[in-house]
Amino acid sequence: MNKYLTASILVGALALSACTRPDRFGGGAGAGADGMGAGAGMGAGFDQSAIGQGGLGAGNPNSPEYFAQSIGDRVLFAVDQSTLSSEAMATLDGQAQWLMTNTDYLAVIEGHADEQGTREYNVALGARRANAAREYLISRGVPASRLRTISYGKERPVATCSDPSCYAQNRRAVTVIAAGALS
Amino acid sequence: MLTRTIALLLAPLVAATVLPAPVTAQSGPLRITISEGVIEPLPFAVPGFQAETAGAEQIAADITRVVAQDLSGTGLFREIPASSFISTPASFASPVAYPDWRAINAQALITGAVAVNGDQLTVKFRLYDVFTGAELGEGLQFAGTTGGWRRMGHKVADAVYSRITGESGYFDSRVVFVSESGPKDNRARRLGIMDYDGENRQFLTDSNSLVLAPRFSPNGDRVLYTSYESGFPRINLLDVASVGRRQITTVEGEMAFSPRFSKDGGAVIYSVSTGGNTDIYRTELGSGSHSRLTSAPSIETSPSLSPDGSQIVFESDRSGTQQLYVMPASGGEPRRISFGEGRYGSPVWSPRGDLIAFTKQNAGRFHIGVMRTDGSEERLLTSSFLDESPTWAPNGRVLMFTRETQGASGGPQIYSVDISGRNLKQVPTGGFASDPSWGPLQQ
Repeated sequence: MNKYLTASILVGALALSACTRPDRFGGGAGAGADGMGAGAGMGAGFDQSAIGQGGLGAGNPNSPEYFAQSIGDRVLFAVDQSTLSSEAMATLDGQAQWLMTNTDYLAVIEGHADEQGTREYNVALGARRANAAREYLISRGVPASRLRTISYGKERPVATCSDPSCYAQNRRAVTVIAAGALS
Repeated sequence: MLTRTIALLLAPLVAATVLPAPVTAQSGPLRITISEGVIEPLPFAVPGFQAETAGAEQIAADITRVVAQDLSGTGLFREIPASSFISTPASFASPVAYPDWRAINAQALITGAVAVNGDQLTVKFRLYDVFTGAELGEGLQFAGTTGGWRRMGHKVADAVYSRITGESGYFDSRVVFVSESGPKDNRARRLGIMDYDGENRQFLTDSNSLVLAPRFSPNGDRVLYTSYESGFPRINLLDVASVGRRQITTVEGEMAFSPRFSKDGGAVIYSVSTGGNTDIYRTELGSGSHSRLTSAPSIETSPSLSPDGSQIVFESDRSGTQQLYVMPASGGEPRRISFGEGRYGSPVWSPRGDLIAFTKQNAGRFHIGVMRTDGSEERLLTSSFLDESPTWAPNGRVLMFTRETQGASGGPQIYSVDISGRNLKQVPTGGFASDPSWGPLQQ
């Protein structure tokens, strides 16, 4: 009973953070509606009923907030590319280490594209980017079964200007930590 | 609620005083050949349709406006304002005073009459070639309900367009699209449906989850689209009349998107991404059986079938950049057809079979263009910060597409342009809108 309660609180907290970080869990409108984005997303294949770490907050190195803010939850890509830069690999090294320490968490890797491309191609390009990050995390020892990918194409920009500085921020793969456990 | 119950009957009028003139006699002056590109629109006059029952005056006037707007909206016709008229017909049966119409240079004259009985509406019309002084084709009568009055106007305009151009019309058709609202970094999207001119807009889904790129079925009864309702991109099939929807069981994969109907509406052709690789598949809606149409480590998506169903044009970046390829509908060796500068995407095969429309990205600009199906005679029709996703009018003469403006406050709108690049205009959608799919002429 208590476990379920904790899980729902954590998912709630994640959904809340999604409101201020529109790229997470698919953005505000999407997130609310899927019945809490994170929940709906993870529900498709993962068992959410158990949860490990109780501590929340960016100060706790085992918290998803710490992961997002201190480890770095995202890597960026060059125009029309899905190749990982050395900087991206360094970030993913940190992510892999965290995921192997915090084995009760799962991750959904979201691939995104900038607006300078056609819609459906960008969905495919985002899938390629998410997969590049996923493959790297697997190569660093994270079990494949804890990593899912999704692409939002160009539909979920974090930066809204129409110039290269914004495009660079939008060409990204974001590792979203979610509550759950291996079935 | 979404279905407008309208039974349209199409019947030649019994000619009372004027016998229908043979069409062949009129093919001289009153004729527009669209492929030549019309510079000077053909002037026409449409006196207000006669109200033949008490209280039908308003609806008669409204239907007349629809007819005039449809024709003028093509850019091929120009309406002569009523203030220029020397005389107007006393009744639908009155003989035509040709000299009065010749004097104001009207080449075509459309007369009509409207009768309302309860919720039953009948509309009849005649088309005259003013300079030869004869009727063009027979008078026609349409019967339906008052709720479908705009469709009656579109039917009249389609018949006029068809008789003068020799092509089928496109006015009595609908468009499914994505209605967008909210800030750029938190856009809500839902499926919408509207008449081709932006009227009668209705929503088909709520805005709770992301939807992408809807496609009408060949007869307009269903819509395929990509939905994130399950948390991941999947393909939904929606029934337009009931607004009921279900997820299609596709081949196994992380993401399924980019769905299109087969020509008989019985199968879905779409893309699946797995392990970062995207290929094209086909699933039969009846049996659920799957077949794989491409097998390459690159991105293969945005398929579009030729009207005879024998070939598929799609985009692939197997060469290093997005380009267009054609392959047999059952899969097989693709042949690249785009070789110009820049990148090519979202190809759509014309319903006439003669052209492929596409999005082109080159030197920081986006274009909608058309090319022959072998890739020759490429012609760019538009240019802007971001134009994409063309869709064909049912007669293959006009395209709609998405045009997005730049910056944080920018957003998408739907535009139309004819295949000569003329008559570019925005389709009113009451807010941001994208990814139009133009359905067939309604029955």
